[in-house]
Amino acid sequence: MSTNALPLSQPIVDGPRGAKPKRITPARIGVYAFLVLSALFFLLPLWVMIVTSLKGMPEIRLGHLFNWPAELTFDPWIKAWDTACTGRDCNGLKPGFWNSVKITLLSVPVSIVVAMINGYALSFWRYKGSELLFAVLIFGAFVPYQVVIYPLIIGLREVGLFATLPGIVVVHTIFGMPILTLLYRNFFASLPAELFKAGRVDGAGFWGIFFRIMLPMSVPITIVAVILQTTGIWNDFLFGTVFAGRENMPMTVQLNNIVTTTTGIREYNVNMAATILTAAVPLVVYFVSGKWFVRGIAAGAVKG
Amino acid sequence: MASSVSIRDLSLNFGNVKVLQHLDLEVEQGEFIVLLGPSGCGKSTLLNCIAGLLDVSDGQIHITGKNVTWAEPSERGIGMVFQSYALYPQMTVEKNLSFGLRVARMPKDEIDKRVARASEILQIQPLLQRKPVELSGGQRQRVAIGRALVRDVEVYLFDEPLSNLDAKLRSDLRVEIKRLHQRLKNTMIYVTHDQIEAMTLADRIAIMKNGIIQQLDDPHTIYNKPVNLFVAGFIGSPSMNFINGTLDGSNFTVPGYGVIPLSGYQFVAQKNGSTVLGIRPEHIALGEDARKLPVQIETEIEIVEPMGSDTIAWTKIGGQALTFRAAAEVALAPGQKVLIGFEPARGSVFESESGNRI
Repeated sequence: MSTNALPLSQPIVDGPRGAKPKRITPARIGVYAFLVLSALFFLLPLWVMIVTSLKGMPEIRLGHLFNWPAELTFDPWIKAWDTACTGRDCNGLKPGFWNSVKITLLSVPVSIVVAMINGYALSFWRYKGSELLFAVLIFGAFVPYQVVIYPLIIGLREVGLFATLPGIVVVHTIFGMPILTLLYRNFFASLPAELFKAGRVDGAGFWGIFFRIMLPMSVPITIVAVILQTTGIWNDFLFGTVFAGRENMPMTVQLNNIVTTTTGIREYNVNMAATILTAAVPLVVYFVSGKWFVRGIAAGAVKG
Repeated sequence: MASSVSIRDLSLNFGNVKVLQHLDLEVEQGEFIVLLGPSGCGKSTLLNCIAGLLDVSDGQIHITGKNVTWAEPSERGIGMVFQSYALYPQMTVEKNLSFGLRVARMPKDEIDKRVARASEILQIQPLLQRKPVELSGGQRQRVAIGRALVRDVEVYLFDEPLSNLDAKLRSDLRVEIKRLHQRLKNTMIYVTHDQIEAMTLADRIAIMKNGIIQQLDDPHTIYNKPVNLFVAGFIGSPSMNFINGTLDGSNFTVPGYGVIPLSGYQFVAQKNGSTVLGIRPEHIALGEDARKLPVQIETEIEIVEPMGSDTIAWTKIGGQALTFRAAAEVALAPGQKVLIGFEPARGSVFESESGNRI
C-alpha cells in the first residue's frame, strides 16, 4: 500500500472535476427559436389544407385562410372519396385508390425480386463484362424518363401490354431497376466474400446460396427497398397517366383530374381532402418505418 | 506414402499480374503443410485454387489421385476454414454445421451422427442451439472448424484461421489444431503469415514469395539451413543478422573490422567475392561462453531491449548492426564493452547478388 494516497473522503478543490456542466447559452436559445419557427413555417401549408378541408364552401369564400372552421364538416372528405367527379365518372378517388393499391402491390415485389437477383449476381458471380453491365445499368438512373416514354409505348404496344396492369408493372420494374440494383449490389458487396466461398465449399449453387444464405441476411436492405418502391410507385404520376390505361388509373392521376377540372366551381375543400387522402399512404409508410429506413440506408451505405 | 494433394505446374494470372508461376507441390497423405509468406505472396491464392474457389490459368490439381482441376469446390473432397469464420449468421451452430450435408441431401440420422461427432471433438455441444452472434471469437472459429470436420473429407484447408483472434486465444487454438491433426491424421494445408504458427504446426513449411515457393522443408531445416536471404530474413524473431563482406576461400572479410575465419562451415558451393554472413541472434554467446567459441569479437553495446524471457542487445561489427540474445538475468547497459562469440558452422553464408546459400 502506498503511504501518500489521499484519504477517500478528502474533497478535491483544485479546479474542474467530473462531467462538464451543460449551460444554456443565449446562442442556443436563438438556435432553438429559429428551428421551431422554421418548422412552424413549413407546417403552415399542411395546416391550411387540413382546416380548409373541414370547412364548407360558404366559409371558405370568407377568405379566413388560417382560421379553424366555425362549422366543422366532414362532407368534403366523403365527397372526395366517394362522389367527386373525375371527367365523366363521379365515383370519387375510391377506384383510383384501389388501382394504386393493385399497381403498388404487384410492382413492389416484382421490381425488388428482379433487383435482388441482379445485385446478387453482380456482386458474387462476376463474369466477363459484368462490371460493364452494372455501369450501363447505373447509367439508366440518369436517363430522363421522358426520353424513353415514346419508344417504350411502342414496345409495349407491340407485345400487347400497353395500357394494361402488367404493362404498368413492367414499366415500374424497369425504372426501379438501376437504383434498386445499386442498393442490393452494394449491400451484397459489403458482406464478407468468405461467406459466399463457404457456401460454395458446402456445395450450394447459385440459387442455393441466394435463397439459403443471402436472402435471410438481406432483410434490412429489403425494408429500405420496399419503402423506396412503395412511396415511389404510389406517388408516380407520369407512368400512371401514360401506361396504366383508363381501367387502371392510379390515385395520383385521378387526384389531378379532380383538382384541375375546368368546369363548375372550384371546391377547395374537396381538393384539399383528396390531396391529403392521396398523400396519406406514403406518409404512413414513412412514419411507421422511418427508423428502419435510416438503418437500412446506413447498412447499404447508399445515400438516399 | 501416397500423395494426397498434388499441384503440377500451376499458374494463375489476374490479367497481366502473374500471381502464381509454374508452381509444383506434392503433399503426402496425413501431412500438415503450412504455406507461409508475407502478404501478397500468393499463399491464399494458392489455397483458393486448391479449394476450387479460383479458376487456374494453367496446370493441374490432383486431390487423392483424382484430377480436380475443373471440379466444383464441393466435389473436391475438401473442407475449408476461413479467417473471418464465415458462419451463416441466421443459422444456429447446428444448422451451420449441417448446412453442407443438408445441401447434399444426406439422410437425417447420418447428419446427426456427423454433427454429434464433430461437436464432440471440438467440445461445442453446449453451443449447438446458439446463433453465431452469441459466440465469442474462439467459439466461432471452433464452429468454423467443425463445419469442415462434418464433411468427413481427406483434406482440410485453413486460410489464416487464427489471424482474427487475440494472442491468448490464438495460442490456445493453435495447440488445439495440432491436437486435432494428431487425432484425425488428415492432410491439412494451412495458410498463415505468422511464423510461430508455421514453426509449431507444420510437418513441412513452404515459404512463398511473389508466387514462387522459395523453400519447402521441415521447420528445423528452414530455421537452420535457409536456402536464400529471403527465407533467412523471414524466419526467426528477432531476425537473423546479415553481415556484408567478401569471401576468399574460407576467410570472410568484414570491411572496417577484419577477417572472420569460417572454419567448420559446410559450403554447398565454392564462390569467392561479395557475400553475406547470416548469424541468428540466439546463436551468439556472451562473456565466458563466448571464450569457448571459434569466433570471438570485442564490441560495445548500443541498445538493450529487455523482453522479459530474455534480452535483445544491439551492437556493431565494422559499422554493421548486430543483435544478440542474452539471458534475462545478465545485466547489460549501453556503452558496456562485451565479448561475444559464435560458431561459423551454425551460421549461413549467402552470395550477395543472387541471395542463394553457398
